[in-house]
Amino acid sequence: MSDAPGEAPPIERTDCVPLLSVRNLERIYRLGEQTIHALRPLNLDIHQGDFIAIAGPSGSGKSTLLQLLGLVDSPTAGEVRVRSRVAQDLGQEQRAALRLRTLGFVFQAFNLLQMLTARQNVEIALALAGFPRRKRRARAEELLSAVGLAERLEHRPLQLSGGERQRVAIARALANEPDVILADEPTGNLDSQTGREIVNLLEDLNRAGQTIVMVTHNLEIARRAGRLFLMRDGRIDEVDPGDPRSLD
Amino acid sequence: MSVFDSLRIAVRAIVANRLRSLLTLLGLVIGVSSVIALIAVGQGTQKGVSDQIRGLGTDLIFIEPSAAATTQQGAGALTTTTLTQADALAIAANGNPAIQAVSAHITGETQAIAGANNVGAESVFTSSNYAEVRDLEIALGSFIAPSHDDAGSLVAVLGSRVAETLYPGIDPIGQEIRLSFLAGRVVFAFTVIGVVREVGGAADANDQVFVPITGLANRFRFLYTPTGDLRVTQIDVQTTPGADTEEVKQQVSDLLLFRHNRSDPDFTIESQDDLLDAASEVANTLSILLGVIGGISLLVGGIGVMNIMLVSVTERTREIGIRRAVGATAGDIVNQFVTEALALSVLGGIIGIVIGVVASLLVDGQTVGDQEMTTVIQAWSIAAAFGVSAGVGLISGIYPAWRATVVDPIAALRNE
Ligand SMILES: Nc1ncnc2c1ncn2[C@@H]1O[C@H](COP(=O)(O)OP(=O)(O)OP(=O)(O)O)[C@@H](O)[C@H]1O
Ligand SMILES: [Mg+2]
Repeated sequence: MSDAPGEAPPIERTDCVPLLSVRNLERIYRLGEQTIHALRPLNLDIHQGDFIAIAGPSGSGKSTLLQLLGLVDSPTAGEVRVRSRVAQDLGQEQRAALRLRTLGFVFQAFNLLQMLTARQNVEIALALAGFPRRKRRARAEELLSAVGLAERLEHRPLQLSGGERQRVAIARALANEPDVILADEPTGNLDSQTGREIVNLLEDLNRAGQTIVMVTHNLEIARRAGRLFLMRDGRIDEVDPGDPRSLD
Repeated sequence: MSVFDSLRIAVRAIVANRLRSLLTLLGLVIGVSSVIALIAVGQGTQKGVSDQIRGLGTDLIFIEPSAAATTQQGAGALTTTTLTQADALAIAANGNPAIQAVSAHITGETQAIAGANNVGAESVFTSSNYAEVRDLEIALGSFIAPSHDDAGSLVAVLGSRVAETLYPGIDPIGQEIRLSFLAGRVVFAFTVIGVVREVGGAADANDQVFVPITGLANRFRFLYTPTGDLRVTQIDVQTTPGADTEEVKQQVSDLLLFRHNRSDPDFTIESQDDLLDAASEVANTLSILLGVIGGISLLVGGIGVMNIMLVSVTERTREIGIRRAVGATAGDIVNQFVTEALALSVLGGIIGIVIGVVASLLVDGQTVGDQEMTTVIQAWSIAAAFGVSAGVGLISGIYPAWRATVVDPIAALRNE
């Protein structure tokens, strides 16, 4: 985010170890007698700089996959690798550290803390990363300004519109310069105009080098991604976003 | 995160959940303050009772007619008592080196009158050595002298409260005091010759009037036994310091049995230690009872705190899920809730201690009915009350928070 003059330009990553990779990933939910195969064994590689959209019908397992990628849930079988480290082999503390600094998760339901202001919600992530108070405040303001909320710093979530809450959630996810942003239906709760603005924001971030994985229902938005995946019944397939027949 | 950050978050959460925090505090405050105050009252009562008994004098043995011999109290007891002044003289004359002094007396309820003032008092008909035996000090004038004993003088020495009530602002020495007995049927006039120094605690001596027993005996012939001995209702034996009181009791008892020509005693004989034991047993029971009541209120307060903390943390599982999804470790979360529980417990504990201590100090010295309350604040009760309340607050804050950290963040987030 900060391109201060005099700083060395970011080093271009040339390694081919994927940022995130998924091997034979399986997630089964058990509800009493019933077992739901939300994810059939699947594979997926996400590279530095990717802008990925995951589309598919409701209940096809998109959120489940994203939650496993974000290390907020654990798989039934198979593995998620962050660079080359297998997440399930790591301890609680190390996974928390990955969530904090490497994986920026944006929930479908925002998941902001109601009793805190927009600025304080962003500051949580900074405080956890050990930012001193003064710097934290400045950085939170910088992040919120970047998502267009410079005038809404002291608003609480209930005093913000849906699009504004979405931006706070994105700002929080960006707080510690994660390697990847995982956004679950970032436009799902928004009208098409606001939705377009959020996608513009994500596109800008991607152009600046930010890796993004986004779940969406919206075909128009899905096609704007660099790579497009389709999910159906817990399986995933990559399709060509440029091909108009790919989403039929 | 720094301790400062944790504290800031804790304060924010406490303020955000105002009512809940207030109820938690209330539970703690009531528990802690009642434990401290009730234990202070219990300990104070214990101390008051033993002070009162020690105030009677030191190393005393009391002999009274036994219940079988006296079926009546007060003046009526005089007609049935088998103790006589001759018994007292015999004990003293025995030459026992363990006995320092012996004094006999009769007590009776009196109305003491001086001019327009009058006050209910206990009259003690005794002899000159009573002051020594009972460790009484003279504030004004003098105590009964041997010459008064011999002459049967109608002189009186007043307890401090009697003197204050009857002669406010007047020097009582040389004044006339009238004592009325038997519900006013008999009234005698005495000359005041002295005032006893105020005795600490709730001692009786302050409300007594001391007059020579010989003066009374000259007027009431029924005080004499058919064989011409003067009846008394109590004999006090003062032992030599360091003497074995149990042994003296035995010797005195043997002597009296021989004199009364009996095999079973018609008197009771008790040392000050016996009284102290009996009374402190009662006070101890009271103290324990108060402690238990305090403990129960601490327990109830603790359960309230636990309840509120459990509900609070469970309700906030979502918050825990959000924080963990953002990257908080289990340690960060537990730390946050510990800080919050600790902040509440410490605040509640301190307020409770202040209220408990202030209440104890306010009650100290107050008279309830005719009983003066004494309180002794115990450091251990403060420590225990504080420890228990803080412990309860901590455990009930940590446990559910810890449980919310052992599952995946998404599981905590699903909790609505
Ligand atoms: N906690 C859960 N317990 C049981 N079943 C679940 C749970 N979460 C999801 N499922 C089931 O798993 C399947 C996949 O759910 P998921 O939320 O991943 O779908 P989705 O593709 O995100 O759908 P949508 O587009 O509606 O958000 C669904 O059939 C859902 O009912
Ligand atoms: Mg979903």
